[in-house]
Amino acid sequence: MPGVIGRGEAGRRGDDVRSDLYVAVEIRDGGGIDLRLESRVAAYYGDSLRRQAEETLRALGVAHARVEIADQGALPFVVEARIEAAARRAGHAPRGDARPPAAAPARDPSPRDRLRRSRLYLPGGEPKFFVNAGLHEPDGIILDLEDSVHPAEKDAARLVVRNALRAVDFGAAERMVRINQLPLGLEDLDAIVPERPELILIPKVETPEQVLDVERRIAEILSRTGKDRPLWIMPILESAEGIERAREIARVSGRVVALTIGLEDYTADLGVPKTREGAETLYARQRLVNAAKAAGVQAIDSVYGDVGDLDGLRIWAERSRGMGFEGMGCVHPRQIRVIHEAFAPSRAEIERALRIDAAFRDAEARGLGVVSLGSKMIDPPVVERARRLVERARRMGLVPDAGEQVR
Amino acid sequence: MSRRAEIVVNAAGRKVPALVNGREQVAYRGVGKHVPDGRKAAPPVRSCASYPPNGDKRAPDLETALRECGLRDGMTISNHHHLRNGDRVALEVLQAAARMGAKDLVWFPSASFPCQEPVIDLMERGVVHHIEGSMNGPLGEYCSRGKMRGMGVLRSHGGRWQAIQDGEVKIDVAVIAAPTADAFGNADGSHGKSACGSLGFALADSVYADRVIVVTDNLVPFPCVPWQIQGGNVDFVVEVPSIGDPAKIVSGTTEITKSPDRLLIAENIARFLRDAGIMRDGFSFQAGAGGIALAFVMFLREMMKEAGVRARFVRGGSTKYLVQLLADGLTDFILDGQTFDLDGVRSIGSDPRHVATSPFTSYNYNGKGNFASMVDAVVLGATEVDVHFNANVVTHSDGRLLHGIGGWQNCLFSGCTILAVPAFRDRIPVIVDEVTTLVGPGEMIDVVATERGIAINPRRKDLLDAVKGSKLPIRPIEEIKAEVDAICGGAPRRARFKDNPVAVVKWVDGTVLDTVWEIEG
Repeated sequence: MPGVIGRGEAGRRGDDVRSDLYVAVEIRDGGGIDLRLESRVAAYYGDSLRRQAEETLRALGVAHARVEIADQGALPFVVEARIEAAARRAGHAPRGDARPPAAAPARDPSPRDRLRRSRLYLPGGEPKFFVNAGLHEPDGIILDLEDSVHPAEKDAARLVVRNALRAVDFGAAERMVRINQLPLGLEDLDAIVPERPELILIPKVETPEQVLDVERRIAEILSRTGKDRPLWIMPILESAEGIERAREIARVSGRVVALTIGLEDYTADLGVPKTREGAETLYARQRLVNAAKAAGVQAIDSVYGDVGDLDGLRIWAERSRGMGFEGMGCVHPRQIRVIHEAFAPSRAEIERALRIDAAFRDAEARGLGVVSLGSKMIDPPVVERARRLVERARRMGLVPDAGEQVR
Repeated sequence: MSRRAEIVVNAAGRKVPALVNGREQVAYRGVGKHVPDGRKAAPPVRSCASYPPNGDKRAPDLETALRECGLRDGMTISNHHHLRNGDRVALEVLQAAARMGAKDLVWFPSASFPCQEPVIDLMERGVVHHIEGSMNGPLGEYCSRGKMRGMGVLRSHGGRWQAIQDGEVKIDVAVIAAPTADAFGNADGSHGKSACGSLGFALADSVYADRVIVVTDNLVPFPCVPWQIQGGNVDFVVEVPSIGDPAKIVSGTTEITKSPDRLLIAENIARFLRDAGIMRDGFSFQAGAGGIALAFVMFLREMMKEAGVRARFVRGGSTKYLVQLLADGLTDFILDGQTFDLDGVRSIGSDPRHVATSPFTSYNYNGKGNFASMVDAVVLGATEVDVHFNANVVTHSDGRLLHGIGGWQNCLFSGCTILAVPAFRDRIPVIVDEVTTLVGPGEMIDVVATERGIAINPRRKDLLDAVKGSKLPIRPIEEIKAEVDAICGGAPRRARFKDNPVAVVKWVDGTVLDTVWEIEG
């Protein structure tokens, strides 16, 4: 009988589990691979699942093991992540890694000032939500390794997220990862950064040094892979201290493109209940907006947690736009459209801005220093604001590229 | 053995038995190709001299009524399914027949439900020979494993009327569960503690069966109005304490899906009807009680309000969402076939614009027209759709019987048939190369709406043109399939079967469209 070297398990089992699987790996000192597999989709993918399990074990350098798999229709990138997690938990240090082939389309890095109206949180341990997330057209998706992942599952979620970045097509959404609080978050970066996410969210930032730690680690990893490229940072301020230092945090790194706020932790820090109206966080949010604008980065609001209350969300988001925020988080795809509508300028605003913009171009063409609309002179900051609004509305698809008509 | 009967290939290229349960079959010939001849079947002539002049047809219990009806081995017993998973009557009838020593009965329900699982025991004991009607859950599993002695016959609601009317199925005893009835046999479904709304699926049985028994738990003095079932067709009335569990007869409330992906499908379908110009004043549509269909109604309602459009009629199964359309003045009528929730039951019992319809008028293919073809658009589900737009609604991709056909085949004749399906469920692709079981020919299916895009049947150039320039995600079905296969890690392996037909799928004209084969393993 071959001796047992180590045993590890990963994933989930049970009839209520969907699109995931349970894997137990018992590493042995001989006897080859003994694979027992049951699957809800055995009739369709039983053979392919077995083949994939064997290839994954080979890629990891596991030669002798007893492996038990109970599958509930997991997609291939999840199968690989769970097998790898179980093997690592069995004490196996992989020789290679079992990353799925890169199936997601390669893309240009995202511009630093791209639209970030909505960012949809996806719990890192719940891969079933990943594959259709892009269909709901959020501006960004966040693969979350922090609060939505149980402390005992951090290692496994990291592998799922890493594989998802390679295998899942998130459409036009900016691909963001929320890492764990430092120092665990730095280890997350080692796994995540090579898979080309476009933005890293750092939770509970209170000092500029924390952002620098992340920046340094990113630079190290990118120089190791020899492929430097834009990879943006969005610090999340979630405490009184973090808010007080917002300005320094926003300016500490050229990779910082936005500041955002976490209201649950912030109100806990203040020791006050979080209300629907949000008076208790008004100062913090406005201060964050100001610090972000001073640093030339975007200000992004927190999430609205009540998924069933789309009217409440709309009111919150409209007020948020009025304060100077340019977007907020979503915890459910149905929130995306409401947020996009709330952060869009109104038809009247766009029409007025287009008229000012046209007057500006007309003045420029005629070599006039003063812009006027009818008999009224328009101040330069008004012109500037109007032009920015037109540009933003255009990116939201509310103004045709060439034309000047409001849809 | 009839099981080993000759197999022929029909016009759809599917292998079908030439003989089913000892009866010769016509293989499917194509849509509209089979022309029936002969005369309709009819029950024996009866005289009112054989019935009590005071109209009191009560029998003390089911066994007495069955005995008086001349129950014998091999007879065909029918039931309707308006009490859905709350029904007690069908099982009690078959169990009473078992106590009386009957053997080899054919059970002919308009649909079966999981609560009727004990029929398996009756089949094991030889009381029931086989089922002609939808089978799902444990009954579907039993049939799929080749354990039923006869072959299952799956028909649409309209096809069931057609089979009865054309004499393909002769009902010896019809037992009709009635939420309200009088002693003369008039019966109504929309009142009483076990109210279920319409009794439409029992109408053919009441007209064509040799003998008719009405079973009720709410006997009222003559007359029972409205009389959906007419006492002139009824032999016996049996009063029982309860015909079913009201909580399972109708849902207290039907619920819209919460799945964001399914909501996306529903919204895209509503936008499709709007952008294609199908949603216009005086139009009509039908949507079932599935989560996507309900959400579709909700989205369409908002678009109708915004555009100031009113429908002439909507077609049930009714739910609170259709009732709301009626209340908001967004439709003139609900033409109902069955009633799914309490709001629907209340409405059909009180609002004359909410009409109980007969499958004869709505669905029967061998009639002088039926109004399924007059509905502008219908939203249906499916278990599989292939790249030729052929669809399956009765078996899972692994070949197991899963659902009945219901009105699904009949609805395919609407002006625009839309299948609302997720592109894959877990890791099971819904869009496939070839359907496991053919239930709807691709030429009848116009649109397949998934969360990954809307595919329009290339035969419908008019629809393709109509939505040109709209922002809808219109894509070729092959492209959606390729995307799903890539996500799932390749195309799924096709199901493997034993060489043993366990059931057939009838087309609406009574011809055999496909075969359900015994599953492996």
